[in-house]
Amino acid sequence: MNYFRLFDLPETFELDLTELGSRYLSLQKRFHPDNFAAGSERDRLMSVQQTANINDAYHSLKQPLLRAEHMLALRGLKISNEQRSFTDPLFLMQQMELREQLAELQDEADPEAALFAIEQQIQQQRKQLLKALSEALVEQSAEQDQLAAELVRKLKFFYKLQQELELIEQQLQD
Amino acid sequence: MAYSNKVIDHYENPRNVGAFAKDDPTVATGMVGAPACGDVMKLQIKVNEQGIIEDAKFKTYGCGSAIASSSLVTEWVKGKTLDEAQLIKNTDIAQELALPPVKIHCSILAEDAIKAAIADYKQKHGG
Repeated sequence: MNYFRLFDLPETFELDLTELGSRYLSLQKRFHPDNFAAGSERDRLMSVQQTANINDAYHSLKQPLLRAEHMLALRGLKISNEQRSFTDPLFLMQQMELREQLAELQDEADPEAALFAIEQQIQQQRKQLLKALSEALVEQSAEQDQLAAELVRKLKFFYKLQQELELIEQQLQD
Repeated sequence: MAYSNKVIDHYENPRNVGAFAKDDPTVATGMVGAPACGDVMKLQIKVNEQGIIEDAKFKTYGCGSAIASSSLVTEWVKGKTLDEAQLIKNTDIAQELALPPVKIHCSILAEDAIKAAIADYKQKHGG
């Protein structure tokens, strides 16, 4: 199913999230099962199914990485749930170093300043990767789609790092 | 999710955690990651002149199963030739650790890590 078509939105990575939100709400309202409570069994089933689709679509389009995965899937490149190991050694080395820095934060003289520095670094790199992803997805060529897939994989590591960082931030505050 | 006793044992007492000196020519490194869960695994082997893996070390950022899988592999490869180590299968790791289906990818990661380390060694030594 093409989630962009469901919301009648252009199939682009750069998406107006406010517009997405308002279209989501109006579709939700239109297909709400309450509206079909007195309808035929077929209509009721349709409204439940449609509501589920609308929720899935909104969830996927809202988050940049899921949106990119959906766009790639529409172009025949399915990368969600892939189990293949990622093997770019330089990238992984850098991830390892960032993880090590996070793990050793408690030993720093000023852990909060160190945390802030790492966060800046993570955010900056994530921004660059997202920009490159956006550019790769505009092209619609097999080569650029492969590049986009690789960028999504890299970004997933950064999102995981961000989660770890937030966990440590919480621990520092407690 | 319940971890098996073997996973818990490796998780609580990981074998061979650490790293060898990067510039040691007898050392080779395999780096792999799993985008889906953000796990990162580094596995190093130290190979003697007879082509036997003398020692192995690992460092893994990931879940208990990923740590246990890499810990187990460092134990298994010691004393093996590169060709023997190449034969380690993720299914053997998963079976030894009694990994549930959702954690099979952790054993795949460990297999790929040792394969990457062997490839790194062969590349460095023109083999």
